[in-house]
Amino acid sequence: MSLDRLVELVETLRTAKLRTALTALSVAWGIFMLVILLGSGAGIQNGAEHQFRDDATNSLWIWPGATSLPFEGHKIGRNVRLTDEDYDAVKRHVDGVVHITGRFYLQGQFTVSYHGAVSSFDVRACHPDHQFLENTLITSGRFINQLDLAENRKVAVIGPVAVERLFKGKDPIGEWINVRGMMVRVVGVFEDEGGEEEQSKIYIPISTAQMAYGGASQIHQLMFTIDEKTDVEHSVAVAGQTKRLLAARHHFSPEDKRALRVRNTVEDFQRIVMLFQRIRVFIWIVGIGTIVAGIVGVGNIMLISVRERTKEIGIRKALGATPWAIVSQIVLEALIVTGVSGYLGLFAGIATLELVRKHVPPSDFFRDPSVNLGVVVGATVLLVLSGLLAGYFPARMAARVNPIVALRAE
Amino acid sequence: MIHLERVNKSYHLGHHALHVLRNVDLTIEEGELVSIMGSSGSGKSTLLNILGILDDYDSGTYRLGDALIRDLSESRAAQYRNRFIGFVFQSFNLLPFKTAAENVALPLFYQGVPRARRNALALEYLARVGLEAWAMHLPAEMSGGQKQRVAIARALITKPRVLLADEPTGALDSKTSEQIMNLLIDVNASGVTVVIVTHEPKVAARTHRTIRLRDGVIEADEDRA
Repeated sequence: MSLDRLVELVETLRTAKLRTALTALSVAWGIFMLVILLGSGAGIQNGAEHQFRDDATNSLWIWPGATSLPFEGHKIGRNVRLTDEDYDAVKRHVDGVVHITGRFYLQGQFTVSYHGAVSSFDVRACHPDHQFLENTLITSGRFINQLDLAENRKVAVIGPVAVERLFKGKDPIGEWINVRGMMVRVVGVFEDEGGEEEQSKIYIPISTAQMAYGGASQIHQLMFTIDEKTDVEHSVAVAGQTKRLLAARHHFSPEDKRALRVRNTVEDFQRIVMLFQRIRVFIWIVGIGTIVAGIVGVGNIMLISVRERTKEIGIRKALGATPWAIVSQIVLEALIVTGVSGYLGLFAGIATLELVRKHVPPSDFFRDPSVNLGVVVGATVLLVLSGLLAGYFPARMAARVNPIVALRAE
Repeated sequence: MIHLERVNKSYHLGHHALHVLRNVDLTIEEGELVSIMGSSGSGKSTLLNILGILDDYDSGTYRLGDALIRDLSESRAAQYRNRFIGFVFQSFNLLPFKTAAENVALPLFYQGVPRARRNALALEYLARVGLEAWAMHLPAEMSGGQKQRVAIARALITKPRVLLADEPTGALDSKTSEQIMNLLIDVNASGVTVVIVTHEPKVAARTHRTIRLRDGVIEADEDRA
């Protein structure tokens, strides 16, 4: 298209400013809404995925409960009690276990003091591999190790909250802190992306806790990761195998859902991913619907415009405009209106998302709303197609204008 | 220049066929100044539409110069109109949102003439009709006579071989009609064939030849030259 034709078009569009503006608004609004919807969808998805960042997304979490089915002559309501032997058995016999840890629960908040500074914290007793299940990052020193476990060492790994409250910026490594009457030595400092709560934990070796708090060899919770590349099917199989193994060891039915609760994060994560895929499809449908409404609007207004301009078209034809010249003029008009306004809508949408991203603090429900390049390209293609579509029917009508009728003196 | 041989044209309105032109034979030589007269319904407008390639005919032949005008595609017809024919209408038919100069330049747009050249030519042709000072005015700011002069400039800018005028003075007062007729006579004097459809005897009287139509038949062909 030559610049000349463009000038001719813009001149024509200028003659119906209000009409052109309103038409443009309907398309701009459609694209704006699509971008906002997709960006918000991405924001919600990012928020949800962020919640998983704290935990390994390829792990199985197991809690013992009480039996609810009679089995091998045992009555129901029997408590299942997991021990270090179960930890060893799962580690040895279940296929694909990568990192495994138990947790020994220490009820309530523990008063912890250091040279007069006192605060209370959750204390978590676990195996060394726990680090990999909670995505705990060591920032100085080390995490709990096998030797700590074997020798029931009184050591602790503390989070940034404890460092701040007890040490006030001083290097805590090697210092002794009092954890509810037991002196333990700080061997490491960690960080966790799981928020304030995870940041204020204190980790001690599980064996130390079992010994100090009368747990013998009891484990309250067993967690392990399976191969990174695992799929849902495999994770379900591993969960089944684990359950059968523990059922055999503790004499309860493998069908008993209450004797052992299993949380499969692979399945959970997959479910969330699927959910967001469906939400995205839904958003596209809604967004395209909005744009279609805009296109129909443009088509309608162009149709009215062609009818109004019958005389103009007749004059142009009499002066030598070919049908193709008329058709291309109308289609290009539609294309320019939808294209320019669509781009304004796209721009406004992205600008709005950027504002939200800058000024709304990220949360677990909403963070980093954004649209990717693919969406922008997709929206552009949609715009061009919609422009062509919006112009096509009016253009066909314009091409059929009979100059004789159009030119008849009124 | 214009050669019609046994041209027939009828319109079908429901079951009735309205035979508007019956075996019209007509020859107009290059450089003639001809008026076509007739009461309304005589077929004069239809004849003008056929001459202007705005309408088709049923049978016979129409030659414009060397070209046989028959069953042309719309694009072809548009090209012929653009190259060979200039139109002047009773209601001027200027585009209201374009200035006088832009209106005059419009036919050249469809020839693909570059803008600068188009505008220069438009000013030249506006000067020819005495309106160079009005080049940047919109039609709404001009009188009927001025608008018709703009329309004549627009009709002439493509250097057509035939100028077809449909009641060119129909919307003008008698003094302005005079001026427009003078202008058309000047145009004819410059070598352009001019055909004027009119029902005003005064206008017809100033042409060199008058063709009278009645019920689709040429009733009289008076040559005054």
